[in-house]
Amino acid sequence: MQAVIKKKAIELLESGTVNRVLGWKAGEFFYDLTPAVFTTPEQIEKDFVYSVFSGANMSKYLIDESKKEGKVAAFIKPCDGYSFVQLQKEHRIVRENIYAVGLACDGMCDMREIREAGIKGVTSVEEDGETLKIGTIYGEKTMAKKDALLERCVHCKSKKVVDCDEMIGENGEENRDCGRFDEVEKLEAMSPDERFAFWRSQLSRCIRCNACREVCPACSCVKCVFDNPNSGIAQKAAASDFEENNFHIIRAFHVAGRCTDCGECSRVCPEHIPLHLLNRKFIKDMNELYGFYQAGADFESKPPVMNYTTGDAEPSIVYARGGDK
Amino acid sequence: MKKISKAKIDELFKAISAKETLYIPVDDSEGQAAFIPYAEGLKMSEDLNTVRSAKDLFFPQVESLVNFKMDGKHIEIIDAATEKKPFVIFGVRACDARSFDILDRVFYYAEPKDSFYIERRDKSTVVTLACNAPEETCFCGAFGIDPAEPAGDVSAWQDGESFFFKANTEKGEALLAGLPLEDAADDAADKVKEDIRKITAMLPLKDLDLSKFGPGKTQELFNDPAWATLSESCLGCGTCTFVCPTCQCFDIRDFDGGKEIRRYRCWDSCMYSDFTQMSAGQPRPTQKERFRQRFMHKLVYYPDMHEGLFSCVGCGRCLRKCPIHMNIVKVIKTIGEEK
Amino acid sequence: MYEDALIPKLGVVTQIRVETPDVKTFRVVGADGKKPFVHIPGQCAMLSIPGVGEALFSITSSPTVEEYIEFSIKKCGCVTDWLHSMEPGQNVTIRGPYGNGFPVDTDFVGKDLLFVAGGIGLAPLHSVINYCRAHREKYGQIDVVYGSRSMGDLVDYKEILDDWMKEDGINVHLTIDNPQPEWDGHVGFVPNYVTELKPDISKTVVMCGPPVMIKFTLAGLMDLGFDRKNIYTTLELRMKCAIGRCGRCNIGSKFVCKDGPVFRFDELDELPNEY
Repeated sequence: MQAVIKKKAIELLESGTVNRVLGWKAGEFFYDLTPAVFTTPEQIEKDFVYSVFSGANMSKYLIDESKKEGKVAAFIKPCDGYSFVQLQKEHRIVRENIYAVGLACDGMCDMREIREAGIKGVTSVEEDGETLKIGTIYGEKTMAKKDALLERCVHCKSKKVVDCDEMIGENGEENRDCGRFDEVEKLEAMSPDERFAFWRSQLSRCIRCNACREVCPACSCVKCVFDNPNSGIAQKAAASDFEENNFHIIRAFHVAGRCTDCGECSRVCPEHIPLHLLNRKFIKDMNELYGFYQAGADFESKPPVMNYTTGDAEPSIVYARGGDK
Repeated sequence: MKKISKAKIDELFKAISAKETLYIPVDDSEGQAAFIPYAEGLKMSEDLNTVRSAKDLFFPQVESLVNFKMDGKHIEIIDAATEKKPFVIFGVRACDARSFDILDRVFYYAEPKDSFYIERRDKSTVVTLACNAPEETCFCGAFGIDPAEPAGDVSAWQDGESFFFKANTEKGEALLAGLPLEDAADDAADKVKEDIRKITAMLPLKDLDLSKFGPGKTQELFNDPAWATLSESCLGCGTCTFVCPTCQCFDIRDFDGGKEIRRYRCWDSCMYSDFTQMSAGQPRPTQKERFRQRFMHKLVYYPDMHEGLFSCVGCGRCLRKCPIHMNIVKVIKTIGEEK
Repeated sequence: MYEDALIPKLGVVTQIRVETPDVKTFRVVGADGKKPFVHIPGQCAMLSIPGVGEALFSITSSPTVEEYIEFSIKKCGCVTDWLHSMEPGQNVTIRGPYGNGFPVDTDFVGKDLLFVAGGIGLAPLHSVINYCRAHREKYGQIDVVYGSRSMGDLVDYKEILDDWMKEDGINVHLTIDNPQPEWDGHVGFVPNYVTELKPDISKTVVMCGPPVMIKFTLAGLMDLGFDRKNIYTTLELRMKCAIGRCGRCNIGSKFVCKDGPVFRFDELDELPNEY
């Protein structure tokens, strides 16, 4: 796959279709890939990497990149593709300035899962069918690839690239039975007190690094309300428990209906807070109240929370659904 | 040297926590280690390092400085300091132990002194723990830190059966004197040290070269074109800063709680756009300048101000936690290369 | 009460003077009614209104004033808006003094001094100028070139007219950017006026004003043959702690709050261009 992608990237540069390529750059190890802009075939030959560690969703970089001089090539995995389309719907990116190459994807790995499995000092990883052969300074280990997948890939909602100029590999299909709401259902089954305790135990570990917000393709405000000293809620650190919850809850509200469930927030959280569960709760509720809706799945549909119909749920629904508190 | 069988480690923790608060690294529900107060039943984390460094215990993310009450034209200044009790931190790694030296130069020794930090430092006893299983992201050796010989008031080692302890300071002697420990030979931990050094010799970043950095290198490195490429995909979040054991910048803010106004200080990040924003201008207008500031501070400015000491300890947290995998190792290897 | 450099003391604003449409001068004493602290010209202090914020301001009064300290403050943000809206008798919090100040008792002694200021840039120089006036025998000739957008924007105009301009041994050269019917003085920008005056290159120059004024005045002085070692300025960056700790006001390895705010241009040449 990597060889085909690199060849395509070089071809696009050499033919003048684009003047730069957005991709993943090799790091110090095999897994620490950095999003980067490549401008020459030599750079691509040397440093472009596409592997199971190319998890980073590049769509948000296109907000700035697509406004620069000339066309940029972008490689779009199916889940990145939903953000890509959603950002187009929000007029955040200039589609004409992008040459989008869709990539078929069968799941990205997470170093955190490998480390949590007790594998330390990792120096290399080789895919061997369904197994990862992992070299470490403490000897070679193996691990099933499915156990090393990013959470969002375990519950992959779609293998379909919604919008691209060409595909590498076979385009896939949506999978509505991916089980991504299973965890949300467990939370819904809790009593309000249990649920509050769950979220307190998670959100109290937040260090307000803002990584979730900065990486989120739906968080594309030029100036976030939490950074605006005139908003009255500008926070750099949570001065109280309330503020700790407040930031994440407001953020989830603000991206509701626009969040494509790309999972980047949870991937980057240094404290491993399952932030995607907040977003998924919103998605699940909207699906149940307004009919199935997937942000970024097409260019026409209107998000339920921005589209009033007389059949909409009444606000009082929160009493019926919120538990007995 | 003293020792205790691993089976009895809970007895030791109980004995310490009976006298003062004891912080040990414990895994949370998501498997992330953090220093928390010991309570019966808590198990020490097997992780090499905590997500947040041990600096939190001296320089917490948020702390109240003072409170105010406003009444018309009148302001009342109200004490916000709470009494700080003596405490012990157990299991600090060699890298974090060095970070205390770095922070001390800013908060403990520099004038005017920082009363909040000094009080916590004075009331703490630090028990370090040698690193039996360093990770690929470790590069403390580049800063002359030996993970087999950690500093602190007490240094500790572990092998399959036992923990070994050696006091380095009077505070350390005092701590060990009151604990249920057995005597051990002075060379009891030598085999452990030897094993650790065999591993550090194999670490992929062991030869990280810092010779391009240090005091007096500002002019040479400040305008390096590589700052632009290194910083191009930086998200501008504060992850690297907040997990860093040596990052020391803070903000001072007021929180109006209605009845009282709380003035607190909290960690801040030079990676944030508002860090240097003034009503009249912005000396660091893009992420390039902010990114450069963070690494120049660690590798040039701080050494300039503090006799060549680098403000990095090679703990590798930023290597693991940066959302885009940009980090100080990549900076060290890239900046100053192009002539 | 817990003691720490970041914990302020109480102050009282006893007098507020309107200088220009957007500049007011605030007279501050401690809770005991006395001068809060002794300072060196060019030093600053942190003033705050709890709940609004804390900000660093140049002390404009001369150290020779023994009863109070004063700050001339331009309205340009949260804290300054609040200060401008308050009335005498208001408590504020104060901590300081901070920074190095001007070398009034060392390098300046025996020198001819040329002060160049633009707009609110007179504030930090006001303290030095009055200090030098009070110790007139220690210095040579004193010249002041001061300009503003209009007559109404000249800070301390009354004091300049009534005291400075009537005094022997101090020459004041005022200028405004554009002609005004009631103005019979010089019209034009400060940098040009400085070059027109052709100051002797042996003078020690002290500058403060908007960046563009500094830039062009410096260029003019260089053309005349001045040595950068003899030109001083005072800088301003965002600050929170003012004691060299919070980490945001550094230019390379120097903290403006602690190592500055007063720098000579030859010192600035050694620092990265990030201010």
